[in-house]
Amino acid sequence: MSHVPYGVAIWLFFVGLYGIVTSRHWVHAIICLVIVQSSSYVLLSAIGYRHGAGAPVFSDVPPGTPAVDPIVQALMLTDVVVEVTVMAVLLALAVQAYKNHGNADPNHASLLEG
Amino acid sequence: MRTSIFLVSASALAALLMWGAGALPPVGRYRGPYGDVANAICVPERHTTDAVAAVNFDIRGFDTLGEEFILFCSIVGASLLLRRHPKEAARPAPDRRRFRAVPEASDAVRVLSLLFIPPTILFGVYIVAHGQLTPGGGFQGGVILATAPLLVYLAGEFETFRRVASHALVEVGEAIGAGGYAVIGFLGILGGGAFLENTLPLGKTGDVFSSGTIALINAAVGLEVGAGLLLLLIAFLEEMVNRKEL
Repeated sequence: MSHVPYGVAIWLFFVGLYGIVTSRHWVHAIICLVIVQSSSYVLLSAIGYRHGAGAPVFSDVPPGTPAVDPIVQALMLTDVVVEVTVMAVLLALAVQAYKNHGNADPNHASLLEG
Repeated sequence: MRTSIFLVSASALAALLMWGAGALPPVGRYRGPYGDVANAICVPERHTTDAVAAVNFDIRGFDTLGEEFILFCSIVGASLLLRRHPKEAARPAPDRRRFRAVPEASDAVRVLSLLFIPPTILFGVYIVAHGQLTPGGGFQGGVILATAPLLVYLAGEFETFRRVASHALVEVGEAIGAGGYAVIGFLGILGGGAFLENTLPLGKTGDVFSSGTIALINAAVGLEVGAGLLLLLIAFLEEMVNRKEL
């Protein structure tokens, strides 16, 4: 059981990747990319986890109480922000692709045009 | 064909990843020293009860400055991609006939959205202001603040939404938020320390005005994220409305 979260992260990674490979719509492909990235949240939280420890917040428990690693959680916050930024630009690109090609199927986006 | 190539290469990569994960320390036995050091110093040295905020906005504050500018650049990029091309007005959207008629917002949705606006703003400001004490902070609170004008849109008032989120004001907020972080960084140099060093008085632990620059940076980030998301929302919604008007 001790390695299950790593397995979940790997599973999420490949489920998302499979979605991108078989995607028939840009928005679907972008959401699959988000799922791929979610695997990194699971991995990061798993690395910093400690049995029996609380959240790294000491407002109602005294400092020194066992807590999980705050650094991977801060990295995860960065991860979420990066995901949002990537998604915003990709969705804007999807809108443009739809406007130029008249459909949103990645299989029909044959050539890039200026 | 593509799927079978994927399945072959993905199973190879999955085997490699699983082999690697098997050798990682078991989940729940965290060993690294850095998390413990950050947990140990956040209260005595930074008067910050949320260790994640201390890491994000102080210990690795320079990285978060970069993170904030990633957000800034992506908002600029998305707005640039969605701007109206002069040729576009002449060329009708390929699908304009396929737009389904959207029903007017019902009275229940209208009233509830308007009722929720003040609590949403209050909650957003609370999350930003207490970032150094409890989970939350500028990024999370900024997103909540950006949803308040969205409720105006949900109430069926796109024109009001466009006025509330008037571009000039939001853009100025976005710029002040992004630049403010860097300016706060220079306070450290003025105080005789390094860039982003926490040289302001730290205050009493548990106080809203404690933690020196961490609270200030949270406010700047909250402004930047809130205004930035609002810019994104306007860009996407105007794109949609413009196409309907064509």
